[in-house]
Amino acid sequence: MIRLLALLLTVATGFTLALPASAQEDRARIGAGNTVLELRSTTDVAIIRPALEAFVGQNPQLSIEYEQWGSNALYADSLAACAGEEPSADAVFSSAVHQMVALVNGACAQDYQSEATLALPSARRWRNQLWGVTEEPAVIIYNSALLAEENVPRTRFALLDLMRNTPLSLAGRIATYDIEASGLGYLFAYNDSLEATTFGAMLEGFARTQAVATCCSAEIIGAVAEGRFLLAYNVLGSYVANAAPADVGVILPEDYTLFLTRGYMIPRQARQPQAAGRLLDFLLSTQGQTILRRAGLIYAQDPEETALLPSARRAIALAPPLLVALDRSKSAQFRTLWRTAFAAIALP
Amino acid sequence: MAERIAVHPQGRSLLTRVLRAVILLLLVGGVLAAATSWFSGRRAARESYDRLLLGAASDIAESIRIQNGEAMVDLPVSAFELLAQAPDDRVSYAVRGPDESLITGFDDAPRPPTERPRLTGPRFFDATMQGEKARFVEISRRFAERDFSGEVRVTVGQTLRARDAMTAQLMLEAVLPMGLAGIALLVASVLIIRSAMRPLEAIADGLATRDPYDLTPMPTENVPREVAVILEAMNRFMARLDRQFDAMRNLISDSAHQLRTPVAAIRVQAETALDAEDDACRDAALDRLVRRTRSLGTLLDQMLSRALVIHRNDSAPRQRLDLREVALDIVDSRDHEAIAPGIEVSLVIGEDAVEVLADAFSLTEAGRNLLSNALKHGAPPVRIGADRDGGEARLWVEDAGPGLPPELDGRLGERFQRSAASREDSAGIGLSIVTAVAEAFDGRIEARRGAEGFRISLVLPAAEPET
Repeated sequence: MIRLLALLLTVATGFTLALPASAQEDRARIGAGNTVLELRSTTDVAIIRPALEAFVGQNPQLSIEYEQWGSNALYADSLAACAGEEPSADAVFSSAVHQMVALVNGACAQDYQSEATLALPSARRWRNQLWGVTEEPAVIIYNSALLAEENVPRTRFALLDLMRNTPLSLAGRIATYDIEASGLGYLFAYNDSLEATTFGAMLEGFARTQAVATCCSAEIIGAVAEGRFLLAYNVLGSYVANAAPADVGVILPEDYTLFLTRGYMIPRQARQPQAAGRLLDFLLSTQGQTILRRAGLIYAQDPEETALLPSARRAIALAPPLLVALDRSKSAQFRTLWRTAFAAIALP
Repeated sequence: MAERIAVHPQGRSLLTRVLRAVILLLLVGGVLAAATSWFSGRRAARESYDRLLLGAASDIAESIRIQNGEAMVDLPVSAFELLAQAPDDRVSYAVRGPDESLITGFDDAPRPPTERPRLTGPRFFDATMQGEKARFVEISRRFAERDFSGEVRVTVGQTLRARDAMTAQLMLEAVLPMGLAGIALLVASVLIIRSAMRPLEAIADGLATRDPYDLTPMPTENVPREVAVILEAMNRFMARLDRQFDAMRNLISDSAHQLRTPVAAIRVQAETALDAEDDACRDAALDRLVRRTRSLGTLLDQMLSRALVIHRNDSAPRQRLDLREVALDIVDSRDHEAIAPGIEVSLVIGEDAVEVLADAFSLTEAGRNLLSNALKHGAPPVRIGADRDGGEARLWVEDAGPGLPPELDGRLGERFQRSAASREDSAGIGLSIVTAVAEAFDGRIEARRGAEGFRISLVLPAAEPET
């Protein structure tokens, strides 16, 4: 079922999916300077472009060779570069921060320090080698036309109740990331599992409602907008904000909302480390952060806007505990658990 | 001479010396303290972070379970949160089965350097992690299940940033107050030394501005005891110098005064002899000339001897002497036979030593002068002797004559009068020597007329007999 759907989606959108070891998905050249900064990232070019253009506008001697990668492919590439088997990027910018932490832990990064990096809170900085540039929530989205206002789940408990009470009307109409294809999906699911009380029940609910594990934010958002899915769980809020589709409501779960900060790292073998540092400083500057906020990569912190209690914010800290997510044994068990839940869906 | 002075530059000031010593002391102490606190800080850091490592390893070991004949690890996040207590350190871990196969973790996590299979409990060791120094612990957990038997080893390691930072901080906390105390000590010692040196500086200024011919003593009020010693020594020295100057001046003026008359007389006699019209007159003049010359010789001897005595009084060290030996020496020298041939001099001494602290030459000169006065002006029999009377020792000369002329008698205790010696061959100059000796050795001259005649004594404080 998953594969079938994935295949359908692949055909529908023309994207290559489930090929984590493939090379970059997209590339762009920004600016015309002679010094080329090679930036490998998981972020869509379209989303990050304004920030990069503003940067090269200020630094005309620089140009950015931007490569968009899938997170798992980018991790594999960075590991190879770290081992000296591949040419290294000058900067790596990924949403799969557990992989970034693993790279830094493997001594693949180099130090950089500036006023801007030192001003970051400790959850968004590790070892002066990894910095969290954005702040993006994992949200629940729903089709506001199809899901009645009173049924909209504001918390995970409400979602669980919804799945428990109306399994039939929801059957096959809840989506979430496929953790095997998406590093980001795995990261969110893993962090949910640390909040163990709801995660087991959630998997059970997904099984009961025959939820769909699929790939790629854009497809999920599009499907929800079209009404093929009523509801999607753990979608990256920034993509929703960028797609800005009609009839799609966004919920920051009130019990807790995971906040992801995209990790920026300068590889040890970077050829332009100074330029990479300068780009980091720009992204962390007031101007850079404003552009990122406009691009939806930084969620508005105004409590009136978000209606989210500060205590419900769960930032995914850039720290060694994220290594557990990549642990061979742990991820095997986690994937088994996940597969079992979704296999139960496919079987009946 | 100037070159020699240049070769010996002025010594460093006391302030510099003490400061150098204090700084050296502080440096040595500081290095020692820094090393000690570094060692103890490193040990403290090592112990506390080793505990974290062990805690994490134990957490991981706890999470191992056997499933279907295989060891499974449900890696606990808590272990890594423990490790994250060292927030900036990279971590490495590995769980290995009985056959050394990696169950989970990083394949490059090192094993302890040597295999010691019998050893249980945690094994800490140092190794590297991607080229960076790191600390590791390995613990093992034994399983004896139906389908799994053997040891599963958990290795956890961490780089040393937090340890180094803690060591540095502990060291800094220990060394910083000491450094401040050292600086305070340095400042305090500068202030103390300067205040202690102020009297010395005042003395140095006083000496520098002093007239080179001014030999009056330096004031010793309000001067530290240590400095007062120097000052008093200097004052004593200057007083002695002053006395010597005086003595020299006296000698020169005395000599001029005393020599003028006899030399004039000799000239007159010589001219008389030249002008004499007959042999008898010439012979008489020559005879007078010879007598005059001889007496001039005696006078010169005495003056020189007096000058020498006065000089020695200030410069010769005092020795323990027996006055009997002095008397014996005088008699033995047989000088009196030249002065007054035919007069017998008898020596009167007892069996007990008569000891004083004085200069042998001066005492002998004094005794000789007393004797020659007695021989010249007294009447035989003449006796010389030494005895002790309580705390006083005496060297005396006795004769049967009438004694000193009364006008001199009353001035015996006084300082030598120049006029008394104006007449050559008088007893005055001899007595002046005795007076000078008496003064120099804290004694006096005593004259007495008794049944046996006139006795004149040099009385000195007796030295305590040596034990």
